[in-house]
Amino acid sequence: MEYQVKNISPNNFEQCIKCTICTAYCPVLAVNPDYPGPKQAGPDGERYRLKNPEFYDKALKYCLNCKRCEVACPSNVKIGDIIQMARLDYDKKPVPLRDWTLANTDFVGSMATKMAPIVNTVLKMPIVKKAMDVTIGVDSHRQFPAYAGRTFESWMKKKAPDQSVYARQVSYFHGCYVNYNYPKLGQDFVKVMNAIGYGVRLLEKEKCCGVAKIANRLVKEAKRDAELNINSIRKAVMEGHAPVVGTSSTCIFTMRDEYPHLLGVDNSDVREDILIATAWLYRLMETEGVKLVFRPDYKARITYHTPCHMQKLGWTIYSVSLLKSIPGVDFVPIESQCCGIAGTYGFKKENYAYSQAIGKDLFEHIKEANVDFVATDCETCKWQIEMSTGVPVYNPISVIADALDVEATRRANGLV
Amino acid sequence: MKYNSIIIGGGLSGLLAGIRLAKAGQKVAIISSGQSALHFSSGSFGLLGSVDGHSVTNPVEGIKNLPAVHPYSKVGAEKVISHAAEVKNLLSEAGLTFKGDATANHYHLTPIGRCRPAWLTLDDYATCEDLAAIKWKKVAIINFKGYLDFYPEFIADELKKKGIVSVSYTLSLPDLERLRKSSSEMRATAIAKYLKGDNLDLFATEINRVLTPDIDMVLIPAVVGLDSEKPLVDLRSKVKAPLSCVPVIPMSVGGLRCQMALRRYFESLGGVYFLGDSVSSGYMKAARMVSVETVNLAPVSLFADNFILATGSFFSHGLVAEPHKVVEPVFNLDVRVPSDRDEWFRKNLFEAQPFMEFGVDTDPQFRVKKDGKVIENVYAAGAILGGCNPLKEESGAGVATVTALEVADLILNQK
Repeated sequence: MEYQVKNISPNNFEQCIKCTICTAYCPVLAVNPDYPGPKQAGPDGERYRLKNPEFYDKALKYCLNCKRCEVACPSNVKIGDIIQMARLDYDKKPVPLRDWTLANTDFVGSMATKMAPIVNTVLKMPIVKKAMDVTIGVDSHRQFPAYAGRTFESWMKKKAPDQSVYARQVSYFHGCYVNYNYPKLGQDFVKVMNAIGYGVRLLEKEKCCGVAKIANRLVKEAKRDAELNINSIRKAVMEGHAPVVGTSSTCIFTMRDEYPHLLGVDNSDVREDILIATAWLYRLMETEGVKLVFRPDYKARITYHTPCHMQKLGWTIYSVSLLKSIPGVDFVPIESQCCGIAGTYGFKKENYAYSQAIGKDLFEHIKEANVDFVATDCETCKWQIEMSTGVPVYNPISVIADALDVEATRRANGLV
Repeated sequence: MKYNSIIIGGGLSGLLAGIRLAKAGQKVAIISSGQSALHFSSGSFGLLGSVDGHSVTNPVEGIKNLPAVHPYSKVGAEKVISHAAEVKNLLSEAGLTFKGDATANHYHLTPIGRCRPAWLTLDDYATCEDLAAIKWKKVAIINFKGYLDFYPEFIADELKKKGIVSVSYTLSLPDLERLRKSSSEMRATAIAKYLKGDNLDLFATEINRVLTPDIDMVLIPAVVGLDSEKPLVDLRSKVKAPLSCVPVIPMSVGGLRCQMALRRYFESLGGVYFLGDSVSSGYMKAARMVSVETVNLAPVSLFADNFILATGSFFSHGLVAEPHKVVEPVFNLDVRVPSDRDEWFRKNLFEAQPFMEFGVDTDPQFRVKKDGKVIENVYAAGAILGGCNPLKEESGAGVATVTALEVADLILNQK
C-alpha cells in the first residue's frame, strides 16, 4: 500500500485520467485559443513543470481562476489550484505597476475614500480613462466602482455601542468593496441581523482577503494579509463563539479554500466558521427557528446569477432559497455561467475583449429574463453585469433588507 | 433541507429518475460530484445489441435469454420495453430528437466506420436500418485541417467493404485555424463552440463547394450543436446533399448536449441539481436512510423519504477498486465481487472482463444492502447495479435509463 500513499499529491493531480471534461466547461478556452485549456495548463503541464520549470507557459495568465474545471472534474482533481500554484511558483517576472495598483485594494481604497468626490469624478473622465488605457493598460471601457466618502468601518465605529447590546453576536468580514465603495451593503447586513436579534461586530483587524493579490502574484503580501485575517477570525470564533460572516462570495471562498491551498495558511480550526451571509442565515432559520417576515407590498421580478466561486462553494441554494422565500418575489432561474470579469482580470486591457466574450451568453439570458434586477453574492460580477446589460444588480442581503418587515420580524423572533 | 427523493449521481440514470419523479410532482434533489460518463457518449444508446456474442435484432427477444442477475431480468422483459418507450418520450420532452425503437435495433456508424447495433441514436448521426441496406452510392467525408480526432481513411475503408465509393475533403475555416494554435485542444466541443452563426454558413458554403451531383451523403465529424440541435438542423438546410455526423473521440458533442438538455429539463420541473458536491455521510435509523450530509452543505442535512444511488461504475467512482477489494464509497454498501482478485479480470483484454459486471448487491426491488440487510428506502439504478457487461452487450444506456424509470416507479407506487 505504501507506494500508493506516496503517489498522492495535495492537488490530486495524478488522479487525472485525461478525460478532458474540464476543457468542455472552461469559459476561457471557448473564446481564447491562446489559452492552453485547464487540462493542458493544469495536470498535463504540471508533469512537465515538475521535471523542469522551464516548461512553464506564460499563457497560464489567461486562467481566470473560476474553478469551473474543478466543479466539472469527475476525478476530484484540483485543476484550478494546480494552475494558480504554477503561476505563483514559476512566473518570476516582476509584477507591473498596473497589476500592483489593481491588487492593492486596501491601500488604493483608503487613499481614494479620503478624496472620494475628486477621485470619482476623475475616474469617470474620458481623457483619464484613455490615459490609463494607453499608459498602464487598464481598459477604457471599464467603469470603476465609485468610492464612498466615508468607510463602512468608520460608520460601524459610531454604531458599535448599539450593536453591543444584543445578547447574540456575529462577526462581519466586510471586505474592501463594502468598506470603500458600498457601505450600504454592510448597513443592510446590520439591519437584517439586528432584526433577528444579532448584534454585528467587526474583526479586531481586517485586511483585504487577498484574492486580487493572489491573482496578481503578490504572494508575500497576500500571505501577510491572510495570516492577519485568520488570526482575527480565530480570535472572533474562539472568544466570541460566533462565526465570521461576509457578503462577498469571493472573499469567503478565498479565506476558506485559497488560504490553505495557495498560500499555505492553515485555517483548518476555523474554516467551517467562515460563511457567506445567506448560508448562515439559512442555517439559523433551519436549525434555530429564526424567522424572516417580509413586507406584503414588496414586489419584484428577479433572477440570481451564480458567481463562479459561489458555484465552487456549492452554496447557490442558500441565496436562491432565501430570495424565493420572499412572497413578493417572482423568481426567474437562469443557467450558471461565468460573467467573465473575474475580479481584476477583466480590468486589464489584454483581457477585456475575452472578458466580454465569456459573459456574452449570460448577458443575453439576463436581458431576455426581463427582470427588475439581478441578485448575486459577488461585487465584481455586479459591476460586470451592470455595465454589460444595464440591469441593476443587488446582493441578496440587500434584497432581503429591502423586503424585510423589521418590526414583524422582531416580533416573530420573540424580540419585542 | 427536505426533499421527497434525493438522487446521488447526476448522469443519464440519475437525471432520468429525477425527471420521472419531478414530473410526478415530487420535490427532488440530485447531488453530482463532477460531470458524468454521458460526456463520452457515441450519440447512440444501446438497449441490448448482443447476448453471448450473438447479435440481437429484437431486444425483446434477447432479454429472455439473459441470466437472472441481469438488471433487465429483474425488471422483466415487458416492463423493459414499456420503460424504453417512456425514455424516448422523456428525451424528446427534454428537446432531444432520437431515432430508433426498442423492438428493433438499428445500426449506427462508429468512429472507424463500422456498424454497431443501437436502440436510440441522436438524429444528427449516421445510421442504417440493417447492415445490408445502406443505400448510399457515393459519400463525401469532410474533415477539418489539423483535427486529429476523426479518421476519414478508416471510414472510407469500411464503406468500401460495403461497395460504397467515398471521397475525402479537408476543409478549413479562419476561426478553426486560430483554434489550431493549441493543437491538443482542437477537440469536438471546442470546435462546436465556434461552429455557429456566420461560421456555420461558411462551413456550409465550403462543403457545397466540394460537392458533386453524384454525392448522396455527406459525413462530417460530430462537432456541431453543443447547446441544442439547431445548428445541425441549420447546417443540413444549407448543404445541398443529405448530411450526417460520425462520432469522434470524446468529449462528445451529442453527449454533452444530452447532459445539458436533461439537466435543464429536470430543473424546469423544479428539481435542484447540486453540481460538484458529494455525499460525505448518511444517517440511518433502523433499516432506513433518514438524511445525508454533503461536503459543501454540511452541517445542513438533506432529508428525504427515498434515495436513489446512481453513482455509476468505476469511471464515475460509484465503485472504487482497491488492491484487494472493491468498495462502494458513499455508504460502504455490500458489493457483488469475488474475494479472489484473480477472478476480477481475464488476461486477454478483449474477452468479457468480469470486473465490468461488478455492482452493489440489491433485493429484487433494487434496494441496496449493507452488512447483509436491505436498506428499505435506498434504491440503486444504472451502472452501479452491475450484473451485466454493458460493453459486450451494448446495454449501458439501456440499463441506466430503464432501471432509473423502474426505481422511480417503485418509489411512486410505494404504499
